[in-house]
Amino acid sequence: MSNTPVIGVLALQGDVREHLIALAAADAVARPVRRPEELAEVDGLVLPGGESTTISKLAVLFGLMEPLRTRVRDGLPVYGTCAGMIMLADKILDPRSGQETVGGIDMIVRRNAFGRQNESFEASVDVKGIDGEPVEGVFIRAPWVESVGAGAEVLAEHDGHIVAVRQGNALATSFHPELTGDHRVHSLFVDMVRAHRTRE
Amino acid sequence: MSSTENQAPETGTARVKRGMAEQLKGGVIMDVVTPEQAKIAEDAGAVAVMALERVPADIRKDGGVARMSDPDMIEGIIDAVSIPVMAKSRIGHFVEAQVLQSLGVDYIDESEVLTPADEVNHSDKWAFTTPFVCGATNLGEALRRIAEGAAMIRSKGEAGTGNVVEAVRHLRQIKGDIARLRGLDNHELYAAAKELRAPYELVKEVAELGKLPVVLFSAGGVATPADAALMRQLGAEGVFVGSGIFKSGDPAKRAAAIVKATTFYDDPKIIADASRNLGEAMVGINCDTLPETERYANRGW
Repeated sequence: MSNTPVIGVLALQGDVREHLIALAAADAVARPVRRPEELAEVDGLVLPGGESTTISKLAVLFGLMEPLRTRVRDGLPVYGTCAGMIMLADKILDPRSGQETVGGIDMIVRRNAFGRQNESFEASVDVKGIDGEPVEGVFIRAPWVESVGAGAEVLAEHDGHIVAVRQGNALATSFHPELTGDHRVHSLFVDMVRAHRTRE
Repeated sequence: MSSTENQAPETGTARVKRGMAEQLKGGVIMDVVTPEQAKIAEDAGAVAVMALERVPADIRKDGGVARMSDPDMIEGIIDAVSIPVMAKSRIGHFVEAQVLQSLGVDYIDESEVLTPADEVNHSDKWAFTTPFVCGATNLGEALRRIAEGAAMIRSKGEAGTGNVVEAVRHLRQIKGDIARLRGLDNHELYAAAKELRAPYELVKEVAELGKLPVVLFSAGGVATPADAALMRQLGAEGVFVGSGIFKSGDPAKRAAAIVKATTFYDDPKIIADASRNLGEAMVGINCDTLPETERYANRGW
């Protein structure tokens, strides 16, 4: 087994390309994942930004939801940004009817909590585990985390709201590091994937 | 853990505007005229809806001046769905755009489907917090719109015809123009900028990137799942579907089918399954019988 982890990006919809570029820059082999057999081949998975309702529907429709849940339950390292964060939440505060999540992080998220597009913003965010300068947080119709359970660790807050969380092998941010060219959060995730491979 | 509050959050930045369009990639944006249609679109998996009073096919049929939609109607759609809502302003009608921004729409389409308000100037889109999408038939037009502040481009096609031929023509033109720039050296890029009637800096950026600096969707004539997949295979990062859905026999089913085919645009088996038993497609118009004055793609400068 080579030391370079293969990390998938769920490619049903969203900013897949930017995540593939960021993962490659963080020394992973990155590939899109749209089918259960593609999911089976990756060491880690990114759930990108996009429309959470659309991604959720397509995942159910194309038979990915259950395989996703199984692999995440079995410890597959996952990282979700924005819509991806919503997908990793055990509970959505205000789901659309029938909106399902993969789960994996004991947290409750509020969709579009920071507002509509006119309220979308950039702000610097200190993220626990990321050394040096704060991360440039790009928040687009972004969710926030209302509350986390005992097993989940809060990594960052903005304006009193939780915007980054980790629980075991699952990482989630309200903001989009993939849009900034700063690959430190992706490097943190690639390290999580490497550590997981070493343990196995 | 601490939060950094020393810098005030900044709204309306180019990154936030362009980044919003990045989130729509791989998706379908559907024209809707009522909150009920908006819900059907959302349930079918649309990534956003375009709120308007009449779909382009009806604008064609009815004739007259086509303007921004009634604010009540737009707000009704904003309240009905949780996905982003876009709305159209006339070309150069920056007050309609100001109104749309005040209503809180997520994207403004400065659209040739409505009757232009200014035959020389488009709106200054940098002046807005709300991002804009604009149509283009070639690279020069796309870059002029980006220079004015557009954060997303759609190839124009010919809206309200149900005929994909113009969408193909315009997307191929834009992609072909970009490919040609890739082959030029630094000296030639200045002349290319002059020919394209576009700012040199943007021309140079495209030559280096090999793509537009903003997201590129396709629009104007998509009526079937295979049409949507065709535009994706030709290089569109997503599709707008206007009259094609709600002018068809079974809108809910067709909408879901077009979403599927857009995601699995390179999988003919899935496109075939999505194409089964959709009922009647919109009738469609032959573009070569369309008089020059009725071609919306000619609007915009």
